[in-house]
Amino acid sequence: MTVLEQSGAYHLAPPPAWRPRRDPAPLLPDREPLRLLGTGAELDGDLLHELYGHLVRGRRFNEQATALTKQGRLAVYPSSTGQEAAEVAAALALREQDWLFPSYRDTLAAVARGLDPVAVLSLLRGDWHSGYDSRASRVAPLSTPLATQLPHAVGLAHAARLKGDDVVALAMVGDGGTSEGDFHEALNFAAVWQAPVVFLVQNNGFAISVPLAKQTAAPSLAHKAVGYGMPGRLVDGNDAAAMHLVLTDAVERARRGEGPCLVEAVTYRLEAHTNADDATRYREAAEVDAWREHDPLVLMERELRTRGLLDDEGAREAREEAERMAGDLRERMHQEPDLHPMDLFDHVFAHRTAQLHQQAERLRAELEAAEAEGTPAAAERHGGTRLHTDTRQHTDEQGGRK
Amino acid sequence: MSTATGTSLQPGAQPARESARKPSTMAQALNRALRDALAADPDVHVFGEDVGTLGGVFRVTDGLAAEFGENRCTDTPLAEAGILGTAVGMAMYGMRPVVEMQFDAFAYPGFEQLVSHISRMRNRTRGALPMPLTVRVPYGGGIGGVEHHSDSSEAYYMATPGLHVVTPATVADAYGLLRHSIASDDPVIFLEPKRLYWGKDDWSPEQPDEVPGIGRAVVRRPGTSATLITYGPSLPVCMDAAEAAARDEGLELEVVDLRSLVPFDEETVVASVRRTGRAVVVHESTGFAGPGAEVAARVSERCFHHLEAPVLRVAGFDIPYPPPMLEQHHLPDVDRVLDAVARLQWESEWRAGEAAGDAGRAGGGDR
Repeated sequence: MTVLEQSGAYHLAPPPAWRPRRDPAPLLPDREPLRLLGTGAELDGDLLHELYGHLVRGRRFNEQATALTKQGRLAVYPSSTGQEAAEVAAALALREQDWLFPSYRDTLAAVARGLDPVAVLSLLRGDWHSGYDSRASRVAPLSTPLATQLPHAVGLAHAARLKGDDVVALAMVGDGGTSEGDFHEALNFAAVWQAPVVFLVQNNGFAISVPLAKQTAAPSLAHKAVGYGMPGRLVDGNDAAAMHLVLTDAVERARRGEGPCLVEAVTYRLEAHTNADDATRYREAAEVDAWREHDPLVLMERELRTRGLLDDEGAREAREEAERMAGDLRERMHQEPDLHPMDLFDHVFAHRTAQLHQQAERLRAELEAAEAEGTPAAAERHGGTRLHTDTRQHTDEQGGRK
Repeated sequence: MSTATGTSLQPGAQPARESARKPSTMAQALNRALRDALAADPDVHVFGEDVGTLGGVFRVTDGLAAEFGENRCTDTPLAEAGILGTAVGMAMYGMRPVVEMQFDAFAYPGFEQLVSHISRMRNRTRGALPMPLTVRVPYGGGIGGVEHHSDSSEAYYMATPGLHVVTPATVADAYGLLRHSIASDDPVIFLEPKRLYWGKDDWSPEQPDEVPGIGRAVVRRPGTSATLITYGPSLPVCMDAAEAAARDEGLELEVVDLRSLVPFDEETVVASVRRTGRAVVVHESTGFAGPGAEVAARVSERCFHHLEAPVLRVAGFDIPYPPPMLEQHHLPDVDRVLDAVARLQWESEWRAGEAAGDAGRAGGGDR
């Protein structure tokens, strides 16, 4: 008897039924990024005004922070100039109880959420890795390793849902970050768990120097959502009204328990990657100029003026308010930061190990000796900034600086 | 220590007849620890690959999903960075995730989350976002596993500031140290020696022995001749070696079980070596830049004037982990430990005039 005869293969049964696990059509992004400004769409004038104020302050914040790098007050600044609409909309789409997970380029989103700009800039100033209380503000630390903050957002949103809390997480990433494995794993976990998360990809055209064409062959970054079983939305990232609408929709959809969403904001990084980068090496001025014509501030101001919601006086007031913010930031950033070298040992663990205790005592002795001798060595080593060699006892207290 | 101790770890008074000690495996004790932790604290969540319906490939999570529901013991997608990354987010929200990396070498995809976030989040946020999570990792060889199933990865974790690295070698420690780890407000890499999963001790699941907390080493066998410093899968090897040395050589070897590699209990180790004057560090992990290098350096720094011989190491060879049919050549065994003990300069001129049999009693401190 042949194998075929043994298995009864002369009378094949049909294979087990297969059908797609869900209809992909509703998940697909639109063919064009959503635009509202300049289309005559019905829009809330108060919201436009609020967005406009944020955009003006946001642009000024980016300019001021960039200037601070030239003055040596920031170690580095990855500017979001040209991306202010996406930054601001991300912050405004969230309710108070929601969490924001920014990347290192998203200082503006954290500021727009209401955090003190000086605290937000701690990482980039270099006085500590994160300068604000993430638990109190519900803004995760600025994440430097690309896309690694995305699974954090998924875990937090999942945890909140398990506890029955009304919390949505919005996580920000760039076009380059979508190539990282953590992007994939985060979106997959979010979809499987139906976690209340919104992923905002700001496609600003470049990962430092590498253009999107070398990053992905996908039809759009929003299309990537379909493979995970979540909807992808494509938005003009420089249109603050469209960004606000789409992100608010995505956040509220997640809040209703309808699962995660991927939003691609098509935008452009008008400045170099950071102050240390030279963008003329990899892109043409004409391309940058074309995007300057599509500046999020220009779009919003034109919209408001067309609708008769803004005059020269209103524009001047907005600029003056931004100038006050920048002046305050400048003044405070020109103060020497309070540095506490002994803090280096305080938060490695809940309790210092014996070895860390010994090392802390060594540093304390060095600092005290330098102080007693009045030698400039210690001060130089710490960048000439004010040092606090206080001998505060380490306590079990949780929370920020004691 | 950050962990609770004493009665808080006990599941409560039980009738005497239920508290009888009986032969129990390490896997059973670990399972019980997870079950008791889940019952004691609603913020404890167990998740990982195959931990739910199947109960884990080593059955350590057996029955937990059935008892506590799929939201408390959850099968995840097959993605270690995703498991560790989502655990970070859950910890940020105040939960106590207990995640399983299925095998030592399968934990590597999650390494960035460990090194860049789990180990640093407390420090980065000045304590605002502690990471009270436990990462269970079955580790080590000796079970005939094919490639990628037998790594000793502890040195990677030890080299990462901000992580605790804990590894039990007894059934009682498996329960007690896992409870301590879950209760800890710091991230713990909990390394489970695979080849000890099915080893049995007399132990009571209803009244588990109280054990010292994380960061405390324990002298498993007192002795005066030399100190064997070890942990995890190499503890039984060292206990057997000490038995053989006593029987065949008249040497009384002290065996120190580190239990936690970070924090490292320098005091217990140093006190022992100062008593005995000789030390051998034993582990499966490769020797070069391995855990034994750190132990040997610290012992040399702190016991120099008490040492009769250089601190020796018995470790795995500096090779990729061998295929299963050759692993017996790689793993430190009793003979290799005894060979090292024999090389501890018993003929040293410092000991001139002493009878060999007295060697054990005369510690370096007598000099």
